[in-house]
Amino acid sequence: MTAVTPGVDAPLASGRSTRRGDAAFRGLTLAAGVLVFVLLAAIAVFLVVKALPALQQDKANFFTTRTFTNPDTTKVFGVAALVFGTVLTSLLALVMTVPVALGVAVYITDYAPRRIATLLGYLTDMLAAVPSVVYGLWGLYFLLPHLIGLQVFLHDYLGWIPLFAGSSGEIAAYSKSVFAAAVILSIMILPIVAAITREVLRQVDPSQKEAALALGATRWEMIRMAVLPPSRPGIVSAVMLGLGRALGETIAVALVIGNTFTISPKVLVPGGNTIAAHIATSFGEVGTLGRSALIATGLVLFGITLAVNLTARYVIYRAGADERSATA
Amino acid sequence: MTLAARPLSGLRQSTLSRPTLLATVAGTVAASAGLFALTPLAGIADFLVLTAIAVVVVITAVSWSVEGRRRAVDRLATNGALIALVLTLLPLGFTLGYTVHRGLKRLTGAFLSHSMAGIGPQSPGGGIYHAILGTLEQVLLASLISVPLGLLVAIYVTEYGRNAFGTSIRFLIDVMTGIPSIVAGLFVLSFWVLALHRGFSGFAGALALAILELPIVVRAAEEMIRLVPASLREASYALGVPKWKTIVRIVLPTASTGITTGVMLAVARVTGETAPVLLVAGNNNFINGDPFHGGQASLPLFIFQGARSSSNFDVDRAWAAALTLILIVVVLYVAARLLTRRNTLARR
Repeated sequence: MTAVTPGVDAPLASGRSTRRGDAAFRGLTLAAGVLVFVLLAAIAVFLVVKALPALQQDKANFFTTRTFTNPDTTKVFGVAALVFGTVLTSLLALVMTVPVALGVAVYITDYAPRRIATLLGYLTDMLAAVPSVVYGLWGLYFLLPHLIGLQVFLHDYLGWIPLFAGSSGEIAAYSKSVFAAAVILSIMILPIVAAITREVLRQVDPSQKEAALALGATRWEMIRMAVLPPSRPGIVSAVMLGLGRALGETIAVALVIGNTFTISPKVLVPGGNTIAAHIATSFGEVGTLGRSALIATGLVLFGITLAVNLTARYVIYRAGADERSATA
Repeated sequence: MTLAARPLSGLRQSTLSRPTLLATVAGTVAASAGLFALTPLAGIADFLVLTAIAVVVVITAVSWSVEGRRRAVDRLATNGALIALVLTLLPLGFTLGYTVHRGLKRLTGAFLSHSMAGIGPQSPGGGIYHAILGTLEQVLLASLISVPLGLLVAIYVTEYGRNAFGTSIRFLIDVMTGIPSIVAGLFVLSFWVLALHRGFSGFAGALALAILELPIVVRAAEEMIRLVPASLREASYALGVPKWKTIVRIVLPTASTGITTGVMLAVARVTGETAPVLLVAGNNNFINGDPFHGGQASLPLFIFQGARSSSNFDVDRAWAAALTLILIVVVLYVAARLLTRRNTLARR
């Protein structure tokens, strides 16, 4: 039985070199895996090391102080206003994005005819292809002037809500504000939330949908009873991943937000800032200590996005575990 | 979804016919137009928004009175989903349309083939040759680092890592996916620029981009390698081919189309990244073809600085650069999509 495997030349299959080759290749891939470990550890370590000088020389409490003006000379700076702005813009963006993302995902999976659905899927994904700096440029020169009408409307009719309060003059003028940043962010995270939600909705067992329809459900009842309940953990994690993206978004926000260090719920009034945008806009103007202070704020941002992303993963993981225990 | 036939109750219930519906819509639009003509209401956007809301409300109300609550809610949900679709496509149209409109004014052959050397903010000339060169070099370097590394990690995770270490690597890749781009830039700043004193350079920018590109490549490669049928591997083993050679010669070539698609999407993604290069690549108005020494320009950086400039010439140049950047990214995306169609492993 020597010549029955004509496709394989002898050296390929010979014993010792094979084992050595396997071990070497395995070692190579393992090294790559270890490198990922090292890289993440290095990111955490170097950020902390370079942030420490600023944290030590800061004369104020880093976490409760709002101001961040001239950190090099005043040595008084804190991340409070930046964290507030980061969270506020991202949450506002989520409020605007989630209904639309859900709607478009449902439309593409359960309403649109198949051929159009593929095209619409490509088009919504295209929104994610536009670079963030282009969104920023567009926001600055196209969106901001066109938002004024909406701002005045919100102020005039919903001004009793603290979010939309403020002086009419400021709101009716061309202004960089938290609201503008939130609108840009909502456009940018829309394709991410919509794409993941679409993927989740597509996993729903078609027989469940068909059963609902066969029982006389309308299409909406079918979606509400057969599609949405099993998809809920997936949708929650899609929203969390969108939130993670919004929190870390830098350039587009930097171009349309007001660059002030205030903690105020009045989103239509010019002002506001986020951690990432602040790093991008002030990086060129600070000295050594200021740079270290910026790295410290970056560390805070890293912590926040990490927590949000881990929560998203945990939701998926727990949903998977529930399902396994339910079927077992 | 042909299954969505009339529910049984439809046998006893009256339903709205298509002509009735069209007439209702037309009537509502006409009423809204009349309202805009006679009252102080004005503006095309206001008209469209108010009319859309009115149409949805009227259809729901009419349907409720004729067809009953369940059909009315169904119609409301359908219209809601349709509105969501329109709200998604509108910003896409406006962004692309306005960028093309503003960008075409300055986008000429001379603009693409000249740098900003000797061009002040108040002069109209100049171009983005130096920025295109920088972007290409930085993205190429980032890919040279992240693609081989990402492939090896993906191979480890799928082929060898059926243990706690493999699981934790997959988890860490998830974590890496969530790293904000500015944090990747700050890391390279702390490590490469400040701790190792290597200075600002295109390569430092490439390092930051590689950190962002790596998890995308790993995810895509992992997914594709998992799709390779086990029978192919088994056939190879049965012929006595060792595991590593099976992976390199059988598994990877089978998955290559899908992996290429993933890599192209990753490249498209990092090509538009601004935040990391803003922190570590330095900048340059001159042509610097050497990514390892001295500051280097890139398209996103050029756009960002133009957008913040008070000079109209800078802004116009930024728009033309934005159009160029979008064209590069869109070409990559479309090519990746076309490649997906040829992918026999994963037809979507």
